Amino acid sequence: MAAGSRPPQAAANAKSFAARLRNGDEIAHLITLIFAALVCLIVGLLVFQLYRNSSVSRHQFGWTFFVSRAWDPVFGDFGALPFIYGTVVTSVLSLMIAVPLGVGGAIFLAEFAPPRLSDMLTFVVELLAAVPSVIFGLLGIFVVVPVMRTTVDPFLQKFLGYTPLFTGPIYGVGFLTAGVVLAIMIVPYILSVSREVLLAVPADQREAALGLGATRWEAIWQVVVPYAKTGILGSIFLALARALGETMAVTMVIGNDPKISASLLAPGYTIAAVIANEFTEATGKLYLQSLIELGLVLFIITVILNGLARLLILATTKGGTIQT
Amino acid sequence: MSFRMARRRVVNVVMLGATGVCAVMSVLALCFILGYLLWNGGHYLSWDFLTKLPTPVGQSGGGMANAIVGSGKILLIAAVTGIPVGLLAGVYLAEFGGNTMTFMVRYAADLLNGVPSIVTGIFAYTLVVLPFHEFSALAGGLALGIMVIPVVMRSTEDFLRAVPGTLLEGALALGTSRWRGIATVVVPAAFRGIATGILLSMARVAGETAPLLFTSFNNRYWSTGWMQPTASLPVMIFTYAISPYDDWQRQAWAAGFVLLMLVLLINICARALLLRGQPTGR
Repeated sequence: MAAGSRPPQAAANAKSFAARLRNGDEIAHLITLIFAALVCLIVGLLVFQLYRNSSVSRHQFGWTFFVSRAWDPVFGDFGALPFIYGTVVTSVLSLMIAVPLGVGGAIFLAEFAPPRLSDMLTFVVELLAAVPSVIFGLLGIFVVVPVMRTTVDPFLQKFLGYTPLFTGPIYGVGFLTAGVVLAIMIVPYILSVSREVLLAVPADQREAALGLGATRWEAIWQVVVPYAKTGILGSIFLALARALGETMAVTMVIGNDPKISASLLAPGYTIAAVIANEFTEATGKLYLQSLIELGLVLFIITVILNGLARLLILATTKGGTIQT
Repeated sequence: MSFRMARRRVVNVVMLGATGVCAVMSVLALCFILGYLLWNGGHYLSWDFLTKLPTPVGQSGGGMANAIVGSGKILLIAAVTGIPVGLLAGVYLAEFGGNTMTFMVRYAADLLNGVPSIVTGIFAYTLVVLPFHEFSALAGGLALGIMVIPVVMRSTEDFLRAVPGTLLEGALALGTSRWRGIATVVVPAAFRGIATGILLSMARVAGETAPLLFTSFNNRYWSTGWMQPTASLPVMIFTYAISPYDDWQRQAWAAGFVLLMLVLLINICARALLLRGQPTGR
């Protein structure tokens, strides 16, 4: 803002203020300031509205809302536990699949692939991130669910059926299917952010490792990746926040049954899915406000995760530039 | 010793191959999605689909003309409400902002960007649907407009900051006022980048379904005006895909095809615009 530096004297200041007002500078400043403040205002209003419109539910259930398994619109008894459980299980499952894929792919694109190929593949992967979630849901219903029902689920049950994780009847829809579809959706986020972070690792780090006689893999796994690990963790948090808030694709393949089951093959429900399915049908204030309170819970969780992710990514990229 | 060396070499090759497989699988996923939709959706796409209204349950044929127009209306509201706020807030951050205010606005935008889209939908519901007692295109457009703001704001700020300061100083030296310099020199210099940000944000919200479910809702007929329930392509895809009727499911595929082509086309155009603008933009 060097160009706009102001003279120190009050008199000169007042004069130049009038001049600036005539020029329109102050007006332009004010107008843009109003719009910038509007952004803050919207966030404040969002929190306020969610909080205010869930007051009936908050007063009725208090903290038991979070530990109750009940979801009974007829008797007006609502609890969030099955939805929190479903959200956590599907997100963790999707991370278990997407993290190796995304980080592995990022290592390949950042370290091995020729720059042009790397850019091209990254472009394709970033397009994958742009595909609307309802399209993933569409493919989920008509492609992934049948494959899970006829092939993957029976296979898992046959070989791992002795554990409680893969028992029970097979529907095709369920926690595992939702996890798989979510994984496909979040891989692009992990991959493209991790690649950026890996590319930001100074070259002398890996050259030093190679110079000491490490193979390329050893240089990457023992030197480059540890150097970039906070940023990679950040990308994973970012993907986790996406997975938690993802609605359409999950709604279409999870089976929508508010039960807590140990089996990953069983149908379940998530916070976002129950809001999507029941919001328009919610009769009565308590029902609607319970759903809004679920929305508030989802909001708070994603805000915390996003904040952590941003801090981690910032720490690595900054740390990288300072140390070189 | 040589055994150890051999083992290290094998690990090296195996792991390099494994990372390559990861990258290829991620790319194949997109190719599969595209191919499958092209095959299925293109198959069911017809002139009727683009120009006719949905038919009653049990009667085959019909199309989604109202949903296509409805999506356009909702996106128009989103553009009108979201883009100016994002643009001007971005200009403020890049050209006028002080320290605390800049930090607060950026933080708020980051929060907004991370809010799950369904929560934004609830917000729009409490703002518009509850007071007016009616699902409306306005509520849906507002929900999407809120999602547009942070994306446009961050890209505007970034690209304005990338414009060399000497450009503005040159304009000031010629005697223009600061705001005139910004409006006629700095913003045009960053125009391609800003336009890319706007296009990408619109592509992102064009496919959003969750915030529309209970704001603009759905409609099997034309909606007139802005305060009526309005059909949109993403919501139609959802409704038809989970329906038990074969004919509706086929139409869901066709709608998915149209939506995906639209989103990918905007994305590719936006990126092409940015690439072509690079030499002059910097």
